[in-house]
Amino acid sequence: MAVDAASRNAAAWAALARVPDPEVPALSVVDLGIVREVLTEASGTHVVLTPTYSGCPATEVISASVRDALEQAGLGPVTISRRLAPAWTTDWISAEGRQRLLAYGIAPPGATCGDASPVRLRPRNVACPRCGSAQTERLSAFGSTACKALHRCLDCREPFEYFKPL
Amino acid sequence: MNATAESIRLNFTPTLQYVLRIGDTCLIHAQRLAEWCGHGPALEEDIALTNMALDLLGQARALLAHAAQLEGQGFDEDQLAFLRDEREYFNLTLVELPMRRSSAHSPGGDFADTVLRNFLLASWLKALWTQLSASTDSELAGIAGKAVKEARYHQQHAGDWVVRLGDGTAESAGRMRTALERAAPYTAECFLRDGIDSAAQASGLGPARDSLQAVWTSEVNAVLARAQLSWPGATPFVSTGTLGCHSEHMGFILAEMQSLQRQHPGGRW
Repeated sequence: MAVDAASRNAAAWAALARVPDPEVPALSVVDLGIVREVLTEASGTHVVLTPTYSGCPATEVISASVRDALEQAGLGPVTISRRLAPAWTTDWISAEGRQRLLAYGIAPPGATCGDASPVRLRPRNVACPRCGSAQTERLSAFGSTACKALHRCLDCREPFEYFKPL
Repeated sequence: MNATAESIRLNFTPTLQYVLRIGDTCLIHAQRLAEWCGHGPALEEDIALTNMALDLLGQARALLAHAAQLEGQGFDEDQLAFLRDEREYFNLTLVELPMRRSSAHSPGGDFADTVLRNFLLASWLKALWTQLSASTDSELAGIAGKAVKEARYHQQHAGDWVVRLGDGTAESAGRMRTALERAAPYTAECFLRDGIDSAAQASGLGPARDSLQAVWTSEVNAVLARAQLSWPGATPFVSTGTLGCHSEHMGFILAEMQSLQRQHPGGRW
């Protein structure tokens, strides 16, 4: 029945919205924008995921967590496939996800720019997630995970992580 | 004592070799960068070099997994990475050269070599991924579409360092010039065209290397100009890693990279 199918699909998305990203647990895999498609049928659930960075070590943990969450919600058996194109972008992080990042102390990513010159213009106006000041500077282009850089606020003096636009 | 793993034997085709050239270049470059883990001149740079290594290893993994599928005997990416003999790797020779000073197996390298290599390679890979993202092979196109974004960030980061050191002190500028003289002869191989390139270009699989030269040269020269560096004169030397004939450094890299899988076949953790 159509209603059942719709409610199964909604239940699957709701279960996925409770699966945290293992490296940025403030975000769910849905917030992160890596769940591209969910197909629910009486015989099981099929999820299409897209990886963030090519070498992201969390990819396998995420697949296992997605499988567990859907099976626990009674939506198994679960099959998972990977879709590379179109490539993941931080523009797919949801508005709620950006709020959660900010509350967690990570500056959400700015808008991505298409092609960039090989001579870098440093990113500006990354607002401090603690005090909101735009007077910040970058300490390190790379951070504790592939997706983040390290910045510092020049007003409140606290260091903070910045989710790099990709 | 475990039995040691035998080498795998691949059935080569021009398509497979085209994909391996790119995958092996990413793999060996990642392996060299990983040598910096725990040895970076500053914590930020240690993290940067290993993060770039991780991106490159991810790209290599995707390409080798695809190569394994194209090859068709049922091998996986780990077997391709760890159980081939030296002559069956097809990376650019440039990525084999020593990167670090005072590493037992790589005398002569320097942080300046690292910075420069990263910049030259990221610029080359960015040009390659850009064209490869239009490949008729949808898996290759997908891998390239992701990787181009990563290469762009690597190029910017490495370009900053080239400018900082080239336009820095007399010492840093001198070491950058030496690094440039060491690397330049090996870049000829980045822009050759052979039968494998031509076949790939004709079928829409991907670009021939010579088609990457114009954009690479213009981007590299723009950064070198800001760094007060100039490209050394051309030499007749042409390296042959993409044909499977490697420098004297390759055996040491493979020995370190493969030892675990050779001694403990299929080992996982």
